[in-house]
Amino acid sequence: MNSIIQNIASIRADFPILSEKVYGKSLVYFDNAATTQKPLCVVRKIDDGYLLHNANVHRGVHYLSQVATEAHESARSTVKDFIGAKSTSQIIFTRGTTESINLVAFSYGELLKEGSEIIVSEMEHHSNIVPWQLLCERKGLKLKVIPFADNGVLDLDTYKNLFTERTALVAVTHISNTLGTVNPVKQIIDIAHSHNVPVLIDGAQSVAHTKVNVTDLDADFFVFSGHKIYGPTGIGVLYGKEELLDKMVPYQAGGEMIERVTFEKTTFNVLPYKFEAGTPDFIGSTALATALEYVQNIGIENIAEYEQGLLKYATERLKEIDGLRIYGNAPERGAVISMNVGNIHHYDIGTLLDKLGLALRTGHHCAEPVMQHYGIEGTLRASFAFYNTKDEIDKLIDGINKVVKIFT
Amino acid sequence: MGVSEANITMNINQIQDQIIEDFSAFEEWFDKYSYLIELGNALPPFPDEKKTDENLIRGCQSRVWLDAEKTENGNIIFTGDSDAVIVKGILSLLISVMSDQPAKDIAEADLYFIEKIGLKEHLSPTRSNGLLAMVKQMKIYGVAFSPSC
Repeated sequence: MNSIIQNIASIRADFPILSEKVYGKSLVYFDNAATTQKPLCVVRKIDDGYLLHNANVHRGVHYLSQVATEAHESARSTVKDFIGAKSTSQIIFTRGTTESINLVAFSYGELLKEGSEIIVSEMEHHSNIVPWQLLCERKGLKLKVIPFADNGVLDLDTYKNLFTERTALVAVTHISNTLGTVNPVKQIIDIAHSHNVPVLIDGAQSVAHTKVNVTDLDADFFVFSGHKIYGPTGIGVLYGKEELLDKMVPYQAGGEMIERVTFEKTTFNVLPYKFEAGTPDFIGSTALATALEYVQNIGIENIAEYEQGLLKYATERLKEIDGLRIYGNAPERGAVISMNVGNIHHYDIGTLLDKLGLALRTGHHCAEPVMQHYGIEGTLRASFAFYNTKDEIDKLIDGINKVVKIFT
Repeated sequence: MGVSEANITMNINQIQDQIIEDFSAFEEWFDKYSYLIELGNALPPFPDEKKTDENLIRGCQSRVWLDAEKTENGNIIFTGDSDAVIVKGILSLLISVMSDQPAKDIAEADLYFIEKIGLKEHLSPTRSNGLLAMVKQMKIYGVAFSPSC
């Protein structure tokens, strides 16, 4: 038996918010794809950081600065191990997935010649579309799109045919935030590499839910956010291969990222500092490391297995509801379900589920091209984490049944 | 309950007070929202040809269409629609408050009824259902159609 099932009460006790009431009803939090809740250990790490260890990192001779620097750099090492990177030089702290992608779009983009082509997929989050569109406008590049079939699976045959000698980068999500599709990223990377094209993997929805090893994947860039893996908001990671990061120009300029400054010429620091201008979020980085350790203690394989159990149970139970449609039915899926019920607008159903204490997300989930694919305006989305339970899924089913009656 | 049959001589605040009184009868959220859904479904049909981009207020969550016409006596008649029925219910309330009122009154209206009947969350800037933008648009029509001084 999965150890999460045995320990669910104590796991849930690690997340005080899960015992909160909304409108007098027990909170059921099914919006984990948007952000995850934080365990006590993460919040305490932030407290300790500010209350006991606060001093600016790097270049400080005094004791506290050295303690803070050591904690920040040790966090980098935890991130490196967690995603299977080879060196801490490959781990750049950013504000999140969006900033990581913008950094690559700017700094790698600066190396590209007019007419180069970027490949993304039809199921990307806007954060993995718009930075590339801006780059295309700025440098005269072309954006190409891998389509997906109605079941939410990417069309790899078309993908193979998108490559030309001008293809400069592929940027694809690991797991779709809307359809839940787990993309065959290893295969996608291998195909790109056969054309000598590097690949950026958006791991925002994957890193908390499935084992990730960037070295095994041979990903050139891998990006994720701290707040989607039980860590704080405002901290994220860009993993990059050193040979690429070395070639790239700095993204922002300021303190820490320089080697030497004169008015004639400024030289830049080594990796990863070249891309970390200004005071880094050293409290956020250490709290992120605590979150990663927390996940490691539970075990990412346990989490994946448990969440798959929730996904299977929820899918079966949701199918009992008349007129309920689920978008995306890929053979391999993360614990995300996008749906609509009959003719009821997602805003209406989400508003009333909220009154029952059920926190779900409605709308286009920052993936408008996915909505356009199905010719819809939005969906109701449930996304699970390892602290959710089948009882909570039962509450969702009861809630949807109750709400549907109001509209009919 | 007679918001929709409200006396046309009532002014904006009198209609708001009437709505607040109507809603005070609801003890449960369930009843309140059932009533909003009823109002939404009862909103007169909005012709497809008026669902133009010009009349569209696109929220992140739902779409709202709003059309305004000036009457001979200087009032503004609002009509509208939404793809979400709860939004349509709130739209119906806003129309009953603002429609067929003098342009100047619309431009200067203080819509206190929304908070009083517990629907403020639907007009918060983050909810992005198009309602807040619609209230602004109604007031812009009010300003535009006000007699110039």
